[in-house]
Amino acid sequence: MSELMPVLLALTILLGGVGGAAVLTWWERRLLGLWQDRHGPNRLGPFGIGQVAADMIKLLTKDDWVPPFADKVVFIFAPTAIVVAMMMGFAVVPFAPGVMIIDVNIGLLFFLGMTSLAVYSVLLGGLASNNKYALLGGLRSAAQMVSYEVFMGLSLMGVVMMSGSFSLVDIVAAQKDVWFCFSQALGLLVFVVAGIAESHRLPFDLPEAEHELTAGFHTEYGGMKFAMFMLGEYLGLMLISCMIVTLFFGGWMGPAYIGHWLPPLVWFGLKVFCVINFFVLLRAAIPRPRYDQLMSLGWKVMLPITLVNLVITGAVLLWMEGGA
Amino acid sequence: MLSELRTMWEVLKHTFTGADTVQYPEEMPYLAPRYRGRIVLTRDPDGEERCVACNLCAAVCPVDCIALQKDTREDGTWYPEFFRINFSRCIMCGMCEEACPTYAIQLTPDFEMCEYDRQNMVYEKEHLLINGVGKYPDYNFYRVSGMQTATKDKGEARNEARPIDTKSLLP
Repeated sequence: MSELMPVLLALTILLGGVGGAAVLTWWERRLLGLWQDRHGPNRLGPFGIGQVAADMIKLLTKDDWVPPFADKVVFIFAPTAIVVAMMMGFAVVPFAPGVMIIDVNIGLLFFLGMTSLAVYSVLLGGLASNNKYALLGGLRSAAQMVSYEVFMGLSLMGVVMMSGSFSLVDIVAAQKDVWFCFSQALGLLVFVVAGIAESHRLPFDLPEAEHELTAGFHTEYGGMKFAMFMLGEYLGLMLISCMIVTLFFGGWMGPAYIGHWLPPLVWFGLKVFCVINFFVLLRAAIPRPRYDQLMSLGWKVMLPITLVNLVITGAVLLWMEGGA
Repeated sequence: MLSELRTMWEVLKHTFTGADTVQYPEEMPYLAPRYRGRIVLTRDPDGEERCVACNLCAAVCPVDCIALQKDTREDGTWYPEFFRINFSRCIMCGMCEEACPTYAIQLTPDFEMCEYDRQNMVYEKEHLLINGVGKYPDYNFYRVSGMQTATKDKGEARNEARPIDTKSLLP
């Protein structure tokens, strides 16, 4: 039984992730509708939730077509890579005490590595399509994701310093008294921005910028292969939200001054839900920056902020150690 | 940065404003009586067709969707042998209504023309003709105009004087 538990848990998280991503497509459209004074999909089933099933049927029954000018093997491989990478990332997320697939002592690095692998999907998809828009999209995503990766990792080093561990369980445990969102506010800011860029969602969806690149790296994709890209994007959104909650908002723990009167899993779900809604709000409110603005924001603003945060955190920790 | 935060706050406030969408098939919008939708061909108070097949509507139509053919009755009045309008091309601009000298063409608030077969969008005269006078209940073209018919000579129409004999010196 005990050997079977992690397998069952993994299956649950796998199905939950895919189902969650499917429901999220509907939820996001409803929220965007709410904030733009429209209704969003509301025709099928209660509140339009049947739209999820309708979309699935549509995508699954579409002709699975590969353009004759594309590099076939890479073209088919690319969409799977992002889903696999994002799914692997969920392996280290501590949903609640005991409810996680594996607790490794380098959990944070594993997560960073997996999100970095996702860039291959976008890059290869753009390259294999043999289409100038797709290539430009792939090019942009490579530059964007590689440069935002730099301070995405660095912004978390403050958290690592304060908790003294790369294990996500230890990081959550270190936030028993006060969440890192207060002491690591700068780190949180940088991580949120980098997280959006990493999952290339609006406002940083320059790889697919539909007004200038038609659909960017997935211009040539349709049917289930396109759905895989979308699934990867929504999984990435959920993964980033889970990580923000884990690293900065106390994971499964309720706020210390209110107490822990809800089950840990519910606390975690609630917080992730709020963060996802925040991401949707960003999409509804903020326009997409120009490509050079994105790059200068990354290297000239975010990187210095990260380094300053790192220095201050280190100094304060050393001073407290010396004082004590 | 401040402007972005303010934008987000402004958008968030829209959580509590209702949607502006009109959910069309369930929720019908109000259409004014003079709304410019599908055209009809009206009849005069005597029940005859008002259309005199003058072709002005077909000439003014910017998308050339009207086709008709003139014919003459025994009493000398004109009427369209056929009057065909292709509503898949019609842009409902209402210029045919403005051009029509006899108030035959009138626009109605009906705009719901959906067909699975494109050919069904082509309306013939029997589809367009209504049993009514439309917006001008008393108007009859042949009663107010100077046109000569079998039942009425020149100058016998309403508000019309006898023709002047230009060859005579008498007042």
